[in-house]
Amino acid sequence: MNLHEYQARALFKAAGIPMHDGDVAATPAEAEEIARRLGGRVVVKAQVHTGGRGKAGGVKLADTPAEAAEWAKKILALTIKGLPVNKVLIVPAEDIATETYVGLIMDRETQRPVYMVSAAGGVDIEEVAATTPERITKAAVDPRYGLLPHQAMTLAFTLYQDFNQVKAAAKIMGQLYRVFVENGASLAEINPLVRTPGGQILALDAKVVIDDNELGRRPDLALLRDETAEDPSEVAARKAGLSFIKLSGDVGCVVNGAGLAMATMDLVKYYGGEPANFLDIGGSSNPEKVVNALRIITSDRDVKAILFNIFGGITRTDDVANGIVAATREFTVDVPIIIRLTGTNEAEAITILEGVGMTALNDMDEAVQRVVQIAKEAA
Amino acid sequence: MSIFADASTRLVIQGITGRDGSFHARQMIEYGTPVVAGVTPGKGGQAFEGVPVFNTVAEAVRETGANTSVLYVPPTLAAGAIYEAAAAGIGLVVCITEGIPVIDMTKLMPFLREHGTRLIGPNCPGLITPGVAKVGIIPGTICAPGRIGLVSRSGTLTYEVVHHLTRQGLGQSTCVGIGGDPVIGTNFIDCLEAFQQDPGTDAIVVIGEIGGTDEQNAARYVKDHVTKPVVGFIAGQTAPKGRRMGHAGAIISGSSGTAIEKMAAFEDAGIGVMKRPAEVVTLLNASTEHRG
Repeated sequence: MNLHEYQARALFKAAGIPMHDGDVAATPAEAEEIARRLGGRVVVKAQVHTGGRGKAGGVKLADTPAEAAEWAKKILALTIKGLPVNKVLIVPAEDIATETYVGLIMDRETQRPVYMVSAAGGVDIEEVAATTPERITKAAVDPRYGLLPHQAMTLAFTLYQDFNQVKAAAKIMGQLYRVFVENGASLAEINPLVRTPGGQILALDAKVVIDDNELGRRPDLALLRDETAEDPSEVAARKAGLSFIKLSGDVGCVVNGAGLAMATMDLVKYYGGEPANFLDIGGSSNPEKVVNALRIITSDRDVKAILFNIFGGITRTDDVANGIVAATREFTVDVPIIIRLTGTNEAEAITILEGVGMTALNDMDEAVQRVVQIAKEAA
Repeated sequence: MSIFADASTRLVIQGITGRDGSFHARQMIEYGTPVVAGVTPGKGGQAFEGVPVFNTVAEAVRETGANTSVLYVPPTLAAGAIYEAAAAGIGLVVCITEGIPVIDMTKLMPFLREHGTRLIGPNCPGLITPGVAKVGIIPGTICAPGRIGLVSRSGTLTYEVVHHLTRQGLGQSTCVGIGGDPVIGTNFIDCLEAFQQDPGTDAIVVIGEIGGTDEQNAARYVKDHVTKPVVGFIAGQTAPKGRRMGHAGAIISGSSGTAIEKMAAFEDAGIGVMKRPAEVVTLLNASTEHRG
């Protein structure tokens, strides 16, 4: 789960990472009030779950509170990469001598939290990693011992020469590690960490991604989810226990299992169609999940035909068939449904479907070809 | 022959009396898997379908000689149950549970290495050596004994591919689902190495997906160390960047982890790349002739 910058800042501040005070505003009036309280020059920053805010006009300098209100009005009206801006962060503007990058990620290969730090901060760190990897220093942390003092110092020495600044940066490394482990993050990043002309080391930005598996035992973090920053159909799906991602095509897909769901989307594309979504109903056999899945997919007006691809293992195909029948009784499904099912209780499932005049196919390729053709004819 | 599970497997089921555990325990027993014990703390002394239940894994090992464990334990307790199995001397632990916090897994992995325990999963369907032992939830009915080894990050997509193999007369030595989480106990390379050494395996199927670099590493390993024919599939060719596709590990971050990148790595390593799951048998036949 992505946190907004203002939420990540709160975690950073709680861990003691030096940052300016700032506050978040949902209206131009609030922005003006915050700018007045902070005094002086401020930055108005769009709070949205995507990179490239600056390039999209979502980060602006304001010399006066009135100017902050004006920028807030413009930024709050923006849509950045399809996402609406509902809040802006107001922070004091800072003069910058140098910008560095400090990131901590959960690394799959070493199976450990790994620091990535670079004196080349501020810019696109992925670009640096791809073109000049030697400018990034990495250090893996053994989670049983945490970040060791010598590791923190070694990393800090790659960023600064002045020993007081090195010590300040080393302390921040340790604080960032606390943010990471105490909140079950998969990413915690400061970009940029700056040195001011006065020699102070400050974090000017905060980015945190929380491991979704952490949310079950951390209701406080789960509360930070901003549903207004997500697609409404994805919010509805999550509440129904479904894994759903909306795409731009016209073939709705209902599949059990993430890998098979992806392979089904790929096959739709292979046969010339465009998938309207990724949807995994999971491993359990709950007809209600199928009803919810159909409700969410049929609410997308672009969907011209729906494909069920169910390989019964733990999932009982008769449960899925019952769900399809229940859904068609609860609301009108006015697009054709193509059903492929095989595996556990397949014969029972076919009997249930035939009872309401529906049929099921046994082969995935055949079902996908059929649904793609029907969607094309309806388009 | 097979990898990881064979006639010497003596299985203990952790969470045998739970809702999922009891359901799958019955299936594993019916399949003929040598299930020797169950563990549910507080239910020691009972029996489940004739299998003795113990309070701890250590007791189960002492009393029954269990050497393999499979867990049907909720995510908050699963890591603890894996520590217990390793501490009791279990050599192979299979964790079906989905939703274990990744940070817990990073702490667990060094412990497992120190105890010489192999973990398969978490968030995986387990493994099956057809006709011999089913450790996990892969449906026994779709498998058949034979000489194709299969390793996959997915669950039902694995079933789809196995289904094609079995229907077209290609049985399997062992099918292993390694799981879709970012930190897992056994990766593609571990399985490729075991299949390469297994005299009962003639050819290998690798089923990967978007996210991470495991498939690229596997491709490099195949190029350098595997002489048996290998075919592969990558799910998620149409997946958008930056969106997690169900599995915690299935996310394209930046420019890395895409299906195109992984398929190119496969091709470069001489792995036959399936464009769709149904091509598995055709490609296996072609690559067997090519390498054969």
